[in-house]
Amino acid sequence: MFDELLKNFDYTLIKQIAFAAFAVITVGGALYLLFTKNVLYAAFSLLLTLLGIAGLFVFAGADFLAVSQIMIYVGGILILLIFGIMLTNNKNFQRTNLQPNKIEVKHHNRFWAVLVATLLFLGFLKIIFEANFHIIGKPIHNSSSIQQIGINLMTDYIFAFEVIGIFLLAALIGAVYIAKKEKA
Amino acid sequence: MIVIQNYLIISALLFSIGLAIAVTKRNAILILMGIELMLNAVNLNLVSFSQYDPNRLQGQMFVLFIMVVAAAEITVALAIILKLYEYFKNLDLDEINSLKK
Repeated sequence: MFDELLKNFDYTLIKQIAFAAFAVITVGGALYLLFTKNVLYAAFSLLLTLLGIAGLFVFAGADFLAVSQIMIYVGGILILLIFGIMLTNNKNFQRTNLQPNKIEVKHHNRFWAVLVATLLFLGFLKIIFEANFHIIGKPIHNSSSIQQIGINLMTDYIFAFEVIGIFLLAALIGAVYIAKKEKA
Repeated sequence: MIVIQNYLIISALLFSIGLAIAVTKRNAILILMGIELMLNAVNLNLVSFSQYDPNRLQGQMFVLFIMVVAAAEITVALAIILKLYEYFKNLDLDEINSLKK
């Protein structure tokens, strides 16, 4: 009986519900990041957003990119940002010692920025709904993309791959050089 | 199957929110977060179009390189921010307004 229930179940519905959940996580984290005043909470809501985007990548058939999104953004960039927040914490902004994680940020010209962003979003919506994509009816093959990415990296994109490695090395060394303490 | 417009709408929302964050916040680190959000919106767009191109996957390759560039950008930006804090003891961008005293 349970098997029959499973067989008749509508898997696309589950897929759509999961997609909607990830979309809500992503957009909700971003909105909280926009309206919160606490810098640390903003960092953690950015974590939610990045994880939600990783989930959306899985739905778009980009499994390798979802894993690298989690490893690079959540494991690297977000940790760096939180380090930056901790290292640049000005004690004058804290009202009492009872709330050590209350690092506040001020906003300016919030009204105009939100207005411009809303208008931009409406413009994007207009473009999206009026665009006539030829690819929309085509079938999607959601197989694993790891093998194809590996082949691409070693054939068509080998030059870009090497260049980006040297670029990353140069950027990291430059960052260390900039951030080091100067001798007085 | 999820139609591509859903991805595009989410990505447009993320881009607009990232722009609003980068414009309104006064803390330099939060502005970096807004820029990251915009980069992620672009990544989502590229990935969603890339699923119609399973043999070449150009969109996904592009996203990989964008991720590396974003990582490099954030490290250099944070190094500059640490230096700024050392000099001004503050990260409020309205008060960091002199190149040299």
